[in-house]
Amino acid sequence: MDIQTIIFIILAAIIGVCSILAITTKRILRSATFLLFVLFATAGIYFQLNYSFLGAVQLLIYAGGITILYVFSILLTSSDGDKAEPLKNKKMIIGLLSTLAGLAVCIYVIVKHKFTESVFQSGELEIRTIGYSLMGTEKYQYLLPFEVISILLLACIVGGIMIARKR
Amino acid sequence: MFDFGIITSWIHNWLLSFMPLGLATFIECVLIGICIILLYIIVAVIMIYMERKVCAAFQCRLGPNRVGPWGTIQLVCDVIKMLTKEIISIRSSDKFLYNLAPFIVILASVMAFSCLPFGRGLEVLDFNVGIFFLMASSSIGVVGVLLAGWGSNNKYSLIGAMRSGAQMISYELSASISLLTIIVLTDTMQFSEIVMRQQDAWFIFKGHIPAFIAFVIYLIAGNAEVNRGPFDLPEAESELTAGFHTEYSGMHFGLFYVAEFVNLFVVAGVASTVFLGGWMPLHIAGWEGFNAIMDYIPSVVWFFGKTLFVVWLLMWMKWTFPRLRIDQILTLEWKYLIPISMLNLLIMTIIVVFKLHF
Repeated sequence: MDIQTIIFIILAAIIGVCSILAITTKRILRSATFLLFVLFATAGIYFQLNYSFLGAVQLLIYAGGITILYVFSILLTSSDGDKAEPLKNKKMIIGLLSTLAGLAVCIYVIVKHKFTESVFQSGELEIRTIGYSLMGTEKYQYLLPFEVISILLLACIVGGIMIARKR
Repeated sequence: MFDFGIITSWIHNWLLSFMPLGLATFIECVLIGICIILLYIIVAVIMIYMERKVCAAFQCRLGPNRVGPWGTIQLVCDVIKMLTKEIISIRSSDKFLYNLAPFIVILASVMAFSCLPFGRGLEVLDFNVGIFFLMASSSIGVVGVLLAGWGSNNKYSLIGAMRSGAQMISYELSASISLLTIIVLTDTMQFSEIVMRQQDAWFIFKGHIPAFIAFVIYLIAGNAEVNRGPFDLPEAESELTAGFHTEYSGMHFGLFYVAEFVNLFVVAGVASTVFLGGWMPLHIAGWEGFNAIMDYIPSVVWFFGKTLFVVWLLMWMKWTFPRLRIDQILTLEWKYLIPISMLNLLIMTIIVVFKLHF
């Protein structure tokens, strides 16, 4: 067993354990913290794949951005010592069924999918390549989705201001 | 100029001569981790001593001068005092988050610290997205601050955490935009590359007007991002019951304190790397003899000299200006710094497109 496998197993174990803890803990802020650990470990896997750009994006957007937004909104809305209510039986059964269905779909896809040979080349991806593929207009370049997402974000900001100021 | 890469590659080859690659890499990682943490502590001690002396100088005092020559042993005593203090646990608070928060803050600080290029061949984390990674890792500290405020089970801590969190998130923007201004000029984000591109002139001279504006904005925003200077609301005990670390004592508070000082060093280190050439000596294109003399000064001395100079600038700022209110802080950021830095980015882009830089 080489060192890459060991690191992968450690990261995967962190992701698995923290994901379970994030949904089983009763306190909502602890769930957010465990979610943060899951996102850290995911970023670790990206770094292990040498895709440092995606790893840094994961850290900046998810760990540094979205988790902070979650924590902020929890701090602003929930009362002190907010704990989750115990689940009702009906909700429990529905949740369990949908989870099992999701698990079945995932396992089916993983088992049936024919994974292609790894075409992974060692070494980092040039940041210039990423920039051109985000901002280019040719085939396999994604200017339009990039701009559409920016308009979506603008709409979200305007909507947020509208809701917040109520004028 | 001496290249430290020779030493590290020698250690690497020596380890490889009697063990497999995986084990050698693991041992190197452990060694580098120990070195980084040692350097972190040393930098923290230097920064705290410097803070006291500079503060004293600006207030016409002498500063610590009793313990040891020029008060140098004072810090050792302070550390011992800090270690022997009791760590108080708060009743009916979330113990897990309360104890976790200082470690998240220190983790973010160490990650950002290990991105800095300390000398020629002395880069630890040298991704090709270096600056981006540094911004990402320093943004994690906000989570620690917010968790500290929540975990303390104290409404003043919580309000203080919200205040500092809002401040840190806001100022991250203009700090990032002013770094982006220089990235437009360099077309690379890798720290080692950025330093190498400044071989003929530092970026603050190459990019002239927009680079200088970006430098000033970065210093202001960096100072605010690490909760210092005129923006140090967490330390306003008399007016605001301190901030997120009100309930912390002993070494838990010590971790926040150390992280604050090293973050200041990181901000100064990034400023000196990106704007003032990092470990690159003062080179003037064409003056071969002058450049050769400058190369005799070791790269580590250049890096630490420039960084401590920027730290001194930031301390000057801290001990000169009175503290701002939180609404003034946010107004300064959102109504002045962000528009100015965006305009500055535009000017820099125009200058790069029309090749008006040196």
